[in-house]
Amino acid sequence: MTESWGRYPQARHTAEVRLHWRAGLALPLVGPMLAYGQGRSYGDCCLNDGGKLLRTAGLDRFISFDSGSGLLRCEAGVTLGEILRLMVPRGFFLPVVPGTKHVSVGGAIANDIHGKNHHRAGTFGAHVRRLELLRSDGQAREIGPEDRLFQATLGGLGLTGLITWAEVALRRIPVAAVRMEAIPFAGLEEFVALSDESDAGYEYTVAWLDVVSRAQRGIFFRGDHVAGAVRAPRARTAVPTDLPVVNALTVLAFNAAYYAAQKLAGRSRLQHWDPFFFPLDGIGHWNRLYGRRGFLQFQCVVPTREALGELLQSAPASPLTVLKRFGAAASPGMLSFPRPGFTLALDVPNRGEETFAQLARLEAVVMEAGGALYPAKDARMSKDTFARSFPRLAEFSGHVDPAFSSSFWRRVTR
Amino acid sequence: MLGATSAIAQAAARIWAERGEELLLVARDPQKLAAVADDLRTRGGTVATLVHDLNEDAAGLVAQVGAPDVVLLAQGMLGDPNRRDRDPDHAELILRTNLVSPLRLLTLLAPALPAGACIAALSSVAGDRGRAKVGAYGASKAGLDSFLSALRQRLQASGVRVLALKPGFVDTPMTAALPKTALFASPAQIGGGIVRAVDAGRDAVVYLPWWWRLIMLAIKALPERVFKRLKF
Repeated sequence: MTESWGRYPQARHTAEVRLHWRAGLALPLVGPMLAYGQGRSYGDCCLNDGGKLLRTAGLDRFISFDSGSGLLRCEAGVTLGEILRLMVPRGFFLPVVPGTKHVSVGGAIANDIHGKNHHRAGTFGAHVRRLELLRSDGQAREIGPEDRLFQATLGGLGLTGLITWAEVALRRIPVAAVRMEAIPFAGLEEFVALSDESDAGYEYTVAWLDVVSRAQRGIFFRGDHVAGAVRAPRARTAVPTDLPVVNALTVLAFNAAYYAAQKLAGRSRLQHWDPFFFPLDGIGHWNRLYGRRGFLQFQCVVPTREALGELLQSAPASPLTVLKRFGAAASPGMLSFPRPGFTLALDVPNRGEETFAQLARLEAVVMEAGGALYPAKDARMSKDTFARSFPRLAEFSGHVDPAFSSSFWRRVTR
Repeated sequence: MLGATSAIAQAAARIWAERGEELLLVARDPQKLAAVADDLRTRGGTVATLVHDLNEDAAGLVAQVGAPDVVLLAQGMLGDPNRRDRDPDHAELILRTNLVSPLRLLTLLAPALPAGACIAALSSVAGDRGRAKVGAYGASKAGLDSFLSALRQRLQASGVRVLALKPGFVDTPMTAALPKTALFASPAQIGGGIVRAVDAGRDAVVYLPWWWRLIMLAIKALPERVFKRLKF
């Protein structure tokens, strides 16, 4: 069964077409179809219940790299991890990385992902120079930032056609290490003060928050690439089978232990880039810790600290609560999620109606505050919330390929 | 690399390219070959290509490849399930692609290889015992195994190694029509296994992953009166 990372909702696909070659690539004659890369988005934006999936994992070839300009061209199924494995030893890094390296380039574009350096670098899409889009009319369109179709495709959730290749501008780094500081804080005021102080001086900033602690304690992480000798991460482990252990009690224990461990580890550390950016990638299939019913992510952006405070009042117990203040850069895609304000992400085990009701309360607070929800993390938002989150929706709709669709798209537009 | 656009060949070639090796890729489809060559160049390999139908003109090809340290022979076809048991021409094409052409190529190429060189040829566990579903394919791989065994003996004196690589099920375009089970390996796993076998200086039959040797031992041990009734 092909799933999203949250394993909710489930979907049945009438066909899964494995793509291997750009040359002679022919889309199915009948839709609805949708590209599926690594299945790392959480809800249903990578699913197409009752339709077809175009699996892009076989489109995994590099095309060219210019070490002078840092421009890398590759097929859409290449993963960010593969790019980093090849390019870090050459002194290059991706301009923007999300919380896992196991996503495809096509997925990174279709969700216009962001990372810990949003305040400096903006979204992934801001660093994409060209891409090729295959439309269901058989035309392959090579497009760039000046094209409307390109702006629709960044963050376009795979609905504008199939991305076959893309060109991304990499950045130079001193090799392999990250100087990282982990600073304990309590309360949003301290979080905002740390953001003010750090966003100007550090490339990467993000905070983990213990939502179950009354004092709203957390750890603020900030870091920069530096030269230095650091050990490569140990071999990864994996969760072998469904093992539902995430509940209110284990979250309480985990959060306390995580907070203590971060304090113990010391404020300033030299770390390998892999565990700094992708701590969860060390544990394969960690989504199995939520059991067969899966879990829901909730990620929103709200413009004010007051709204963020109100959200935290009604936040359910979550082991992975992440806070970041987005930068001022305008996102390049018509449906890009990042915008100025505070973004909050949490993971909640799927307990059916109870969970849906909790998320609906959070959704209401976000809408009240004039914020937005992130489609890549969503399984529940209403049609109304989607329209209010993305004011350029009508413009975007004109660029949707008639043979492409997704479970998410049907849910929020019908 | 003969049949360089095969998924397994690409996986092995990526490892060699990232080591900075010099690669000559031979395949029939110029566009696919160019895509593979671009990938391997970006990964750090020095890559040359030769568009050539491996079922044609073995002598002409051998004249152009020089004397490589490693020959990876990866061309092959499973055959169209609707034709391979009914259409003798299709069955013959499978034998030609998987057995006759490799035999012709290696017959001409082997004497040109320097001492210490390695011939690594992709065979299959299917060559170990004929099955109803893959008659011509299994026969071609059984023939290839036999030829590689002979070649290994023949080349002992000249110091050229012959690896018969026998993967089980691999998730590649060749097996696109088969339902995927837990027995399937990824091309990257098999490619890694090939490079390790070449690196380790082996001169033998190599099952990939290794546990296929045990499965095939069991299958070969089944009495014919039992085996003929099986449906796998």
